Amino acid sequence: MTQTTAIPISADEQPWILPNKGIVGMWCLIAAEAAIFMIFVVAYVYYLGKSLSGPTPAQVLELPILGTICLLSSSLTVHAAVTALRKGAVRRCTLALAATVVLGSAFLLTTAKEWHHLIYEIGLTIRTNLFGTTYFSLVGLHATHVVVGLLLLTAALLFSLSGRVTEHHAERLEVLSLYWHFVDAVWVVVFLVVYVIGR
Amino acid sequence: MATSTRALEAIDVTDPSARPPGPGLVYQWLTTVDHKKIGLMYIVYALLFLVIGGVQAMLMRIQLAVPNNHFIGPQTFNRLFTVHGTTMIFFVAVPVLFGFGNYLIPLMIGARDMAFPRLNAFSFWLSAFGGVLLYLSYFAGSGLYGAGSAPDVGWFAYAPLTSKVFSPGHSTDYWTLAVLLSGVGTTGTAVNIVATAFCMRCKGMTLMRMPLLVWLYIVASCMVFVAVSPLTTAQIMLCLDRYLGSHFFDTQAGGSAVLWMHFFWIFGHPEVYILILPTFAFINEIVPVFSRKAIFGYPAMVAASVGIGFVSLSVWAHHMFTVGMGPAGNTFFVFSTMVVSVPTGIKVFNWLATIWGGKVIYRVPMLFSVAFLFQFLVAGLTGIMLSAAPFDWQLSASYFVVAHFHYVIVGGILFSLFAAFYYWYPKMTGRMMSERLGKWHFWLFVIGFHLTFDFMHIPGLLGMPRRIYTYEAGRGWELWNFIVGVGAFVQGVATLIFVYNLVQSYFRGKEAGPDPWDAWTLEWATTSPPPDYNFAIEPTATSARPLWDLKHPEDQDSSYE
Repeated sequence: MTQTTAIPISADEQPWILPNKGIVGMWCLIAAEAAIFMIFVVAYVYYLGKSLSGPTPAQVLELPILGTICLLSSSLTVHAAVTALRKGAVRRCTLALAATVVLGSAFLLTTAKEWHHLIYEIGLTIRTNLFGTTYFSLVGLHATHVVVGLLLLTAALLFSLSGRVTEHHAERLEVLSLYWHFVDAVWVVVFLVVYVIGR
Repeated sequence: MATSTRALEAIDVTDPSARPPGPGLVYQWLTTVDHKKIGLMYIVYALLFLVIGGVQAMLMRIQLAVPNNHFIGPQTFNRLFTVHGTTMIFFVAVPVLFGFGNYLIPLMIGARDMAFPRLNAFSFWLSAFGGVLLYLSYFAGSGLYGAGSAPDVGWFAYAPLTSKVFSPGHSTDYWTLAVLLSGVGTTGTAVNIVATAFCMRCKGMTLMRMPLLVWLYIVASCMVFVAVSPLTTAQIMLCLDRYLGSHFFDTQAGGSAVLWMHFFWIFGHPEVYILILPTFAFINEIVPVFSRKAIFGYPAMVAASVGIGFVSLSVWAHHMFTVGMGPAGNTFFVFSTMVVSVPTGIKVFNWLATIWGGKVIYRVPMLFSVAFLFQFLVAGLTGIMLSAAPFDWQLSASYFVVAHFHYVIVGGILFSLFAAFYYWYPKMTGRMMSERLGKWHFWLFVIGFHLTFDFMHIPGLLGMPRRIYTYEAGRGWELWNFIVGVGAFVQGVATLIFVYNLVQSYFRGKEAGPDPWDAWTLEWATTSPPPDYNFAIEPTATSARPLWDLKHPEDQDSSYE
């Protein structure tokens, strides 16, 4: 049998453009992750004020202003990294990535400091009461996501330092930046629920 | 050249991939990232668990067939219904449906693989490991002390029964981790399916030209994101409770048992639709081909599917009418539950309209599809009955509920799955399944199904609660339970015939050729089984039925679009 014409190719050759699969996949992952955080937030709000013993959030929590500023501005720097890479400015991209890693790590440090204070000075752990249970699980889940994001960003930074990142990788970096923006957006929710409303 | 071969010569001229022999085969399957192989592994793995879960059901029916029976004890019975439910939902229904999706979606949209082949393999092995973990509990549940083995907390594992105090040992941990792994694997596959459907379509395959099957898998996968994640979260919380001593579901420390119910059913009810939508998808493909008509109301079908997806996310608490949510909560969930039947009704009418006036061919896939239509309707009607809160107060946790959801899952999901097996088996193996054995399978299964699940409603109405391991004589339940038991055996025999048919046809079946059903979607345009790369030349879709256009150049669908 010989190969004849393929399934008819439409006469008017319109360009056939499909969305980037990495970005679609990341949006799907974000949807699933958002549902996970949603349930933890629901549990936090539902158990507000239901602890049978102290301490309460009002007694022990303080607004994490510095950490919040660091994390939110890291969203700007990762955006700058993607924009720079799209234009082919690899050096600027590397700088912006480095700034993102530093800012993200700074946020993680402030969380670590807060946990150290709560666990060792106040004596609040995940076992203490419902507040401890919901607080450590919600903030801990977010911090885990920050750690994952930082690992990925550090990998990107190392690649970029070793000169392997080019303009062609802009879309991949965009997928990573989407994840990082999501982690930041979750922090806004956590901040409002835990430190503003819940206090 | 005859029109029927045009499709083939146009797309592919490679030989059907030869069946490779030898031990290298195992390595090849273990390391594969090919969507067809992963799909087949999903299906075979689910079939194994189907047989295991079926045997468990059989044991329970033997125990209940006569009153005051001591065939198996209460402890074993509790384990059996827990593991049976968990197996059938998480390790049969989900993997077999995603297996078909994996196999069919890239072929149907003219792609060479899924969007993320390695994620695909990862998700499969994760789910598979979950299933193994569940059964490992039989051997390792509480160490080897014999203090307890498989989980016995029921498939929805209500708190506080799952706390360390009431479930000592590790059997509940095995259950939690198995479900957790299955949930993560499912989410991975769902991400893959959505990305594949949106980003891998061949030229000309616009969204409204995709086969309906692909649409329904998109909707089901999107539901996985928002519905399976809460279950995953609830399992994480349960793990924290059991291992780190947190208090999410610890009522002693102010935790709430009702919160677990909410979290579980936020997953649990959409899950039913996650399972039923892919089976709707099979019916959408099979009914038109065997009615020799295009599907009736394609856009309405798409809209109804998306509608089901949204509405079914807000019906979960109809599992909890007896908890005491108050009139406002009850009214809302009664209403939303009744509303979800509207888009479902639209689908049923569209299938009927597709059959109406068609030249119906009653081959085995169509037989199963027709039985599906009837049985799914009945299952929906008992669903409407249970959605009325006062009616539910009477019958909650009775055998009426058990009969209802088995009617959905066996009468609906399993029947359309059988239809899908007979329909796509030729594509997957290159051989036809035996029509004669198929008819035996069909009729025996229909008889067994109706004996079991029609009559199971009656002891429920007479007040028989679910999950009891035995009952006294003289309550009027004996006859019904005996009939139910007989029906279960007829179904068991039918399933054996099916399994025999699967194996026997693989070696002795008639050569299928690329397009045995004269169908219209792209998977029939390549050889059976398809080569690793699916299509030698990337196809182009000119309408929703690309193969019809190819076979009938004088009367193309595209000229009506």
